[in-house]
Parts: sequence; C-alpha cells; structure tokens
Amino acid sequence: MEIIMSFVIGFLFMAAVYLMLSKSLLRIIIGTGLLSHGAHLLLLTMGGLDGDAPPVVSPGVSNYADPLPQALILTAIVISFGVTAFFLVLAYRSYQELETDNMNLMRGTEDHD
Amino acid sequence: MINLLLFPILIPFLFASILLLFPKNRLAQRWITFGTLLLTLFVTFVLLFKVKADGIQAITLGSWPAPFGISMVSDMLSVLLVLSSTLITLIVVWYSFSFIDRDRESYFYYPGILFMLTGVNGAFTTGDIFNMFVFFEVLLMSSYLLIVLGGEKIQLRESIKYILVNVISSALFVVTVAYLYSVIGTLNMADISVKIAEVNQPGIITVIAVLFLMVFGLKGAIFPLYFWLPSSYAAPPIPVLALFGALLTKVGVYAIMRTYTLFFTLDQAFTHELLMILAILTIVAGSIGALAYFDVKKIIIYNIIIAVGVILFGASQMNEPALMGSVFYLIHDILIKGALFLLIGIIIAITGTSDLRKMGGLIKTYPTLGWTYLIAAFGLAGIPPLSGFVGKLLIVQGGFEADNLWGSIFILASSLVVLLSVIRIFIYAFWGEPVKVQMLSSSVYRGLFIPAVVLVGISVLYGVGSEWLVPFMSDASNVMLDPTIYIKAVLGGA
Repeated sequence: MEIIMSFVIGFLFMAAVYLMLSKSLLRIIIGTGLLSHGAHLLLLTMGGLDGDAPPVVSPGVSNYADPLPQALILTAIVISFGVTAFFLVLAYRSYQELETDNMNLMRGTEDHD
Repeated sequence: MINLLLFPILIPFLFASILLLFPKNRLAQRWITFGTLLLTLFVTFVLLFKVKADGIQAITLGSWPAPFGISMVSDMLSVLLVLSSTLITLIVVWYSFSFIDRDRESYFYYPGILFMLTGVNGAFTTGDIFNMFVFFEVLLMSSYLLIVLGGEKIQLRESIKYILVNVISSALFVVTVAYLYSVIGTLNMADISVKIAEVNQPGIITVIAVLFLMVFGLKGAIFPLYFWLPSSYAAPPIPVLALFGALLTKVGVYAIMRTYTLFFTLDQAFTHELLMILAILTIVAGSIGALAYFDVKKIIIYNIIIAVGVILFGASQMNEPALMGSVFYLIHDILIKGALFLLIGIIIAITGTSDLRKMGGLIKTYPTLGWTYLIAAFGLAGIPPLSGFVGKLLIVQGGFEADNLWGSIFILASSLVVLLSVIRIFIYAFWGEPVKVQMLSSSVYRGLFIPAVVLVGISVLYGVGSEWLVPFMSDASNVMLDPTIYIKAVLGGA
C-alpha cells in the first residue's frame, strides 16, 4: 500500500511541477493545489498506513491507527484551502488590473535600471 | 504566572480580532493597535526578567505531559526576539500614523500587522515543529494581506511571485515534517532532540537537515534561495517593507539556528559546513546586489541578505563567542534595519523618488535627518561603539577560534561593502547640488522623523550598553550550545 501511495504522491508532485512551470496564472494555482495534495498524502503515508483499530485506548487492542498524522493533515488542508482561496482572488484581481494572466508579461519592474 | 509566555501571542491576536469589527473607524484602529503593542511590550519585559531569574519557561497546552501536548517554550533567545519584534512593530505602527494613506488604514492594515506579530511571536516561542509551521502560515497569511494591500499594479504583480514562493516552501515544510515524523516519531522539539541521538540514522537525518535548510532558507533568504526577495519587498509601502525586512527573514534565520543547534548536531562536519559555505555565498551575493543598484530600497534590501549571511555564519561555528555574536547581531539587525527603512522612507517621501541619481543636497534642508541617517549607517556597518560592532567582533572571533580564517575575512570585507553601500546613499542624497524637493508639512515630518529617531536611539543604546546585555546574550547562547538545558526545561528532570 505504501508503494502505491508513493507513486501517487510522486505523480502529484510531477503534475504540480509541470503546471507551476507553465505561463498561465490559473495553471500555476492549480499546480500549487496539487503540490499541497501531494504533501498531505505524503504526511499520511509517512505516519504508516497499518493499524486497524481506532486510536482509543482500550484493553486488548494494540494495533492502533496513528492519530497524529490525521490531525496534522487536517490542519494543513485548512491552511492550504485558505491560501488557495486567497491566491485565486488575487489572481482575478491582478487579471483585472494588469489585463493579463501571462507570467511572461509580469516580470521586471518598470522603474529601475 | 505560568501562562505568561503565551501573552505576547494572545494579546495581539485578541485585539486584532476585535479590530476586525470596525475597520472604518481609523482613530480607534490606530490607538487600540498602539495600546495593544504597548501592553504586549510590557508583558514581554516581565517575561524577559522572569526568564532571566528563573530560567527557561515552558508550558504544554492542555496540561498534557510534555511530548504529547503542544509545548510552548520561552528561552532567552526567543524572548529577546519576541521583545525586539514587538518593539519594532510598535515603532513602525507609530510611523504608519503619518505614512499610511486613509484607504489602507480602513482596509485592515492594523489588524494585519497585529496578526503578523501574532505569527512572528508564536514562531519564536513554539516548542513544537508542526506548531511552528502553523505560526509560519499565520504570519505569511498576514504578510500576503500587507504586501497586496492597496492593490497597485506593482504590488499585485510582485505579490503573486511572493505567494507562489511561500506556498512552495510551505509544502516543502510539510514534506520535511512528514519525513522527520516517520523517522523520529515525535514532533516536540525537545523530544526530537533526545530521540535523534537514539535512532542512529545519520544519513536520513542529514537529508532532513538539508531539507530544513531549504525550507527556512527560502523564508530567510540564504544564497541560492533569495532571488524572490528584492523585487517582492520593494513593492509594498515603506512601513510594511520595514516590518518585512526587520522581522520575516529573521524568523527563518531563527528557525535555522534553532533546528541546527537543537536537532542536527550529530553530523556537523557536513551540515554546519554546508551552512557556513551558503552563509558566505549569501554575503557575497548580497554585497554584489547592495553595490549594483541606484534604488535606495534595493540597496537596503540587499543589506538584509548580507546580514542573514553574517548571522548564519556565526550560527554555523557552534562555539560560544560565535553563537553569542549571532544573537547580538540578530537583535542589532532587527533594530537597525527597521531604523534604516524608516529613514529612507522619509527620504523617499521628501524627494518623491527612490532613485539616488535624482536626489541631492538634502543636508541643506533637512540636516538632522542627514546626521541621524549617518549614525544609523555607521551602526549598520558596525563602527564602534555602535550596535553592529560587538556582534560582528564576536562572530569573527568565533570564526578564528573554529579555524575558519577565510570566512571571518569575508565577514570583515563585507563590512566595508556595507559601509560603502549605505554611505553612497548619504553622498548621493544629502550632498551635492540640491534638487527641487517638496517640503513635507512639519507635522507629517515630525510624525515620521520622531519614531525613526527613537529607533536609532535605541540601537545606539544597544551598542553602547552591550556590556550590560552580555548576561542576557550568554544565557541565550548557552541554551544553543547545550541543548540539554532546553530539553530539561521542557521534558522535566530526565
């Protein structure tokens, strides 16, 4: 199971890097979304996927699932949700203001040598 | 008093939340923010003397036993940084009263600053590596707000790059914490420090150390990862730039210092050597940038990068003088960078440009501004007895003691470059033919100049009174030299 997860994570990272290297702003944002998905799945996998019993201490059960990575992922998901929402609004606003979503046209500063 | 160390985080957070309710009442926004920061500063002073008297203060939230709950730890290093961050924020807010325009003030400028201070203080205080990620996100989210607030074209364009870099670095942070957790099985920093020695997997630990260096290096702007910083920081208005320049990179530097003295002490021949080489390259890259531009903002921004290199060089030496020097230099840099940004903010406000070649002759119209700037510039370069001197002296001494002759020589040479780069601003802006300037109204000028002078004054006192500060600094460096003090304070007698 861990092996399959590793492939999934690797694929997500690959897709994220590909999208983030493109010129369109919207693709870049989707790329960051995929990147954080990959990171979250990695967090889950690294905690170990074995463990069947719910993480409640009771006599005679030793095969607990590790609750900590789940708590961490929940936190990380909320954070990346917030950042992505902010990023999308910012992208829309800059599209209105700069009239382009092409990163090639957004480089440099106008007033330095 | 056991919750004392949480107040520097909770007070700004509470009042920032209250301020969100009435954004249009600018007067209330201003003075509540100012009062909040005064209160925070007072509490931090109490905490400072508590830590000095009773040693490291630690609390584990929810009264869980230490490795299970989230620990908050206030040792001397973190409380000194919390103190200087709060001080800088207070002065920048005071400066903002006269600098920031009406629109920004009514769109959550002050809550943004308070939330950022919450994140910064939290990142300095936390004793849990994942909690540090969360506080990083708190301060980053508020910094996204502050960098884009106002919505000018340059701000929108640069904040996209700023956010993208930080999103990538946050994802890397999560990945690194995941690796660390899978190897060590704990997130409490003191507990990690104990277990890292027990698991005995030097290869993987070194990989994690390098990953952490990349994560924090992206925030702290070390050599190959600083490329995003100059243009992003130049976009927002000066008070925001002063806050970013003084605080945000320092959080990254603090995190590197903390992890490299607490966790990754086993394979110093590799990790600390790498840190040292990168620090020296950072100094070189920063020096080139500082001399290359005619834009005053860019010159001071590249000086941030030089300072990051100097501090990390000290941290990589792992002996007492160098570590103490890094702490000295870290606090000095927070104060003096804040002061310099505020001063060049005044210069830009007077001349209406940030291009040095279009300035000149300000010494005739604003003599006090000129001499104050000169003092701050000398302080930055480390001319005795001003504040940069002691830190740099100790770092260089530590470098010699660790037989890193060339590194120390680079540090000394970089002082000359720093001096040249800031004196260039003095020569171009204050000497020469006077150009036509718009005189600021005297109330606005006073509102901008007095906070800047207060900050320069504090930095001069910091330099002159450094003898008196030595006990605090040596407390801070002792914890870094000997992690068992930290571990004992968090985990109890073990």
